[in-house]
Formats: sequence, C-alpha cells, structure tokens
Amino acid sequence: MKNFLQKIKFDQWKAWIYLLPAVVLLLIFTVWPIFNTLRMAFWNGYGLFKELGGELTFEFGIKNFKWVVGYGGFITCLKNTMLLTVLTVPISTILALVIAVCLNAIKPFQRFLQTIFFLPYVTNSIAIGMVFEAMFNIVGFGTTMPSYGIINNILGVFGMDPVNWINAGSSYWANIAVLTVYIVWNALPFKILILLGGLQSVNKQYYDAAKIDSTPRLRVFTKITVPLLSPMIAYVVITGFIGGFKEYSSIVGIFGDDMQAVGGESLNTMVGYIYKQLGANHEGDASAAALILFAIIFVVTMINMYVSKKKTHY
Amino acid sequence: MKIVLQNLTKVFPSRNKKSNEEVVAVSDLTFTIPDGKLVGLLGPSGCGKSTTLYMISGLQKPTGGQIFFGEDDVTSLSPENRGVGLVFQNYALYPHMTVKQNILFPLQNLKGADKLDKNTMLERALEAARLVQIDNLMDRKPSELSGGQQQRVAIARALVKMPRVLLLDEPLSNLDARLRLQTREEIRRIQRETGITTIFVTHDQEEAMSISDVIVVMKLGVVQQIGKPQTVYDNPVNLFVAKFLGTPPVNVFKANVKGGKLYINGEAVLDVPGVADRDVFAAIRPEGFIPDENGAMTCELSSIEVMGRDVSIVSKNEAMLTPTIRSIVDADYKVSATAQNVKFNLKPHKVFIFDSQTEERIYFGDQTAPETGI
Repeated sequence: MKNFLQKIKFDQWKAWIYLLPAVVLLLIFTVWPIFNTLRMAFWNGYGLFKELGGELTFEFGIKNFKWVVGYGGFITCLKNTMLLTVLTVPISTILALVIAVCLNAIKPFQRFLQTIFFLPYVTNSIAIGMVFEAMFNIVGFGTTMPSYGIINNILGVFGMDPVNWINAGSSYWANIAVLTVYIVWNALPFKILILLGGLQSVNKQYYDAAKIDSTPRLRVFTKITVPLLSPMIAYVVITGFIGGFKEYSSIVGIFGDDMQAVGGESLNTMVGYIYKQLGANHEGDASAAALILFAIIFVVTMINMYVSKKKTHY
Repeated sequence: MKIVLQNLTKVFPSRNKKSNEEVVAVSDLTFTIPDGKLVGLLGPSGCGKSTTLYMISGLQKPTGGQIFFGEDDVTSLSPENRGVGLVFQNYALYPHMTVKQNILFPLQNLKGADKLDKNTMLERALEAARLVQIDNLMDRKPSELSGGQQQRVAIARALVKMPRVLLLDEPLSNLDARLRLQTREEIRRIQRETGITTIFVTHDQEEAMSISDVIVVMKLGVVQQIGKPQTVYDNPVNLFVAKFLGTPPVNVFKANVKGGKLYINGEAVLDVPGVADRDVFAAIRPEGFIPDENGAMTCELSSIEVMGRDVSIVSKNEAMLTPTIRSIVDADYKVSATAQNVKFNLKPHKVFIFDSQTEERIYFGDQTAPETGI
C-alpha cells in the first residue's frame, strides 16, 4: 500500500515536471500580468514612474475607475467601439455566410477562390489599412487639382460627387463608413473559412432529402443550412463581438496612431484609449480601462452564449 | 403507379485520372414494376441496386435508357418533380426539427394548387404518424429517438405527401436483429395499407424474400432474375442466383453428366433425362436430401445438429465446392452420430445443374425455365 502511494506521488511529480515549461511561461506572461493589472487598477493614481520615484504607498480604492468613467474621452471611445462592433459583426457574418454558401456551390475553381478569399487573413492589417487609406484618400485636398483615390473615381463614374472620406475635415460618419468597410473586409476570411468548413461537414443527404421533398432554395437555406450551421454561426458571432471590442489596428492603419487628420480623440476605440493611457504613464487608468473592457466583453459573451444556446440546435 | 425501366444504364467516370476505366454500375436494365407491389432489389454490395433506386428517385441521372412512371417519361425530370418518397439508409432526419416538424416539412413545400392550410397539414402529418405508430413522439427531436423510431419517422416523412412511389434504401440495415424482423412486417403492413408502389434495396436475401411481392436479383449491374420470391428460390436461372438465395445456402458440387445420369464424386446420384454428357455444377438445396441407408450419394459425416423440428446433418465430400455439405432433414429420420458415412437420395426438384462454363441453368426431366414476367 505504501509503495502504491509512493508510486502515485512520483507519477504526479513526473506530470508536474512535464508541465513545468508551459506552467512557467503561463505564470510569467499570463497569470502575473493579469494579477498586476488588478493590482494597478485598484491603486489610486498608480503610475510606474511614480513608483520608481519612490512613491511606494498608493491608496487602495476605485479612484482610477471613477476617473476613467468620468473622463469624456473614454465614453467617446466606448461609443465608437460599440458602434463599430454593432455595425460590423452582423454585416460580416451575413456576408461571410452568403459567400461561404456560394463558394460551397461552386465546383470548378473552389480551391482557387478559397485561397483568394483567405488572403486578407494572412496579410498584415496595418498594410491593409494603408491600402485602404490610398483607396479612400484625396491627395492635394483643398487645392485646385486634387487627385482622388479609386473609390471616389468609381463614384465619379456613376456621376456622384467625390466624398471626403478620411482627410482633414471629413465627417464622423464618413470615417465610420470607411472603418466599417475595412473591418468587415478584414473579418471575412476567418468567418468564411469557419462557415465553409461547417458547410462541407453537413451531411449531403439532408440536401438530397430536401430535394426529394421539392424544397425551394431559399427554404433550404433558411430551414436547413442555417440551423445546421448554427453552432458555427454562434462561434463566429461570439468571436466577432470579442474581436470587435478589441478593435484598434484598423484605425491606426487608416488614420495613423495619432489620428491627427480626424481630430485625434473623437475616433478612438477602447483599446486605443488603453494604449494612450499607457503611453502617458497612466498605468493605473489603463488597467482600470482594461478591466472595464474585460467586464463588457464578459457580459456580452455571456449574453451571446445564452442566446446561442436557445437558438443553436445541437 | 406502374414503373417501367427501359435499358437503364449508369456509367460512373473513372476516379483515377490516369486509367480511363469507367465503372458500369447498372447495365441495360429493363423491367416493369407492377402497380401497388412491393419490390425488393437484391444483390451483393456493388451490384448497382442502390444506384438503380437513386435513378428512380431522380437524385442520379442515368447515362442511358428511360424511366416511366405509368405512362409519363420521367427520365429527365428532377427529383423535385417526380413525386417520390425516399427513405435514406441513415434516415436523414433533420436533426434540428422535432418529429412533427420533420413530417410537416414536405407538406410545407407544396405550392400553388396543392398548397394546404395549417389544419389540413397537421391532420395529414398526424395521420402519417399514426400509420407508423409514432403519434405519441411528435415533439421529440430525432436524437431522442431509437433507431427503429427514427426509421418510422423517415417513412412517415416520405409518406405524408402521398408519393406516387415509395423508395427505401437498405431500410433495415441500421436496426438490430429483433427490430429488423418487426420492422419488415411493419413495412409490409404499411405498404398494403397505402397501396403505394414500393421499391426497397437490400443485400439480405431473407429480408427480400420474406416481404417482397417480387424480387429482382442483381449482380455487377446486370439483372439476373426477376420473379416471385418462391419462384426464384425454386427455379433459379443460374448458379449465382441459386447460391445467393436461401439460408442455409445451397450446396454446390463439381459434377458431370454421363448417359443421362448425374455423377458426383464418381457416384451416379440422380437421373437427369435429356441432358447431354458434359461437366456441370450441381447445386442441391439443404432440404433436397433424403437420408437412406442404400442412398446413391455417400458423404463423410461431420456432425449432427438437432434443432427440434429439424435435424441438420453436416457432412463432407470430395466434390463439394462449399465449405461443408449441410442438409436439413425431418427429425423423424434417425441418423447415428457415430457413423462414418451418411448416404442420401436426392429430390429431383431440389437439384439444379448448371453449365460448368457459363454457369447457366440446364433443365432436366420435368424441370422448365421460370416465367420471365412478373
């Protein structure tokens, strides 16, 4: 019996030793930062330089949170983030679903088209942002000989006036429109990949059965394809919401990290706000904002999970 | 609804691009399925029986030939417009719908003049459910049903739109042995009650024999024999059909005919008047043996299995082509289990002889070829 216990202990030690590399890395790069974020968020007025400057005793409290919420810039960022998420998640999901269904129906160039649709996923998002900037840009704006980007040229073909999308003096909604197009385009490949994978794993016999029962195409889509794909749809919606709340690189990609041309703060998102606070050595505020963002994502994901449990079918 | 298949052919292109070997799944199939009958398509796997079924349903397009429902040529008609009900091997019930929704689904697809109001649809769905005795399970999901129940739901879904033809693909293959027996009676009953021309596919000869009005035996895409189950069993046209039908299977021997007598293992076992001298295969049904001390055929006794009503005598012989010789005799015959040899006389109508080259049947005495019609 004693031998047996010893053996168990030894086996457990062995298991821990095998796990050690992963555990150490997780502790350093995941657990400690989370813990540290909590610590910094609840120390009133915490800042790294202040700590290094010898101010070692911070008061424990929720002053950072109060300050972040009370400061108007944060609310603007929160509004921008929410708006972009609410706009882009449904649009990209529906578009991805339609494209995936179409791709699945095409036989000859399926692989080739799949690769093309997947390209944005492997392209750097800052680089994509710069291309989008060029497409929407107006070079020499305000002069007598402005040079328009391709989007305005296309509008011109249809006899429409050029729109100031992203240059100085552009409207908020023009900026949001550009961001929406960019984010949707950037989000499509992953969603298409997941949904196409889901479609290809659907048993073909359901479609044969539907055919035998003379089911119209639209009804096949709404009554068979969508319900059978519902677990995948729930997955892309939930990850879409999480990604949406973390949106930042798109704005930097198009407007630059200072967003000078469009009035700085007014277009920023929550992650942008957190970066800004970090840059200004307001670690306490940044941590508080990060925790608020976490809380929002947590609640939204819970709601998503609750809804999808009711709506997905198996 | 009478169904006519005329020179129906299905060729699948080669999977392997290098070799241009095409696969002929169904070759020049011609037969008529009379109205209101239950027909079993029977054959070993790869014989083209499922392909035939799917061509009748319209899910697969024939390479050549024609399909008629009654007088209508439906060959080029898509499955949507054929009015067939199909029960898939794995049932293909929509997993996200309840039993009721599954059965209602085909009715909700009806358009134009055929469109039904809600109450009529519910009434029809309930009627179909009652027919297959699942009306108490209407609110369950397919995952909450047993295999047999799922199968009934699939049949109800196929029947609810009152199809002209009901097609069943290996309907019993996913059920356990007991349920299989019960369900095949059920299919028979449902078919009788509805009177819908029904075609089902199976590789199980017992299943096909037990419930079909007509069986179609296929091999490698070619029909071997069509007829009433008993006729096909009693009068097979070739060695394949003889071997495929019957449990326990027929006993096959290498034999030859000389001077109007059939010789197995050097013994003249039976008079075969009217057959020229030649090498043949002789197939003897297990019930074709009569144990007799002075019998014409000698076999080496292996074992005796008593099964109450019958006795099964397992023996060996130099000329046999099957692993053992199994004969079933009435329990009244007393055979000594310790004997070295057992001797039999043969019942002429249970003995079939086949050409050793073509494996086609050679009729002797008062044996005649079966009628080809149904």
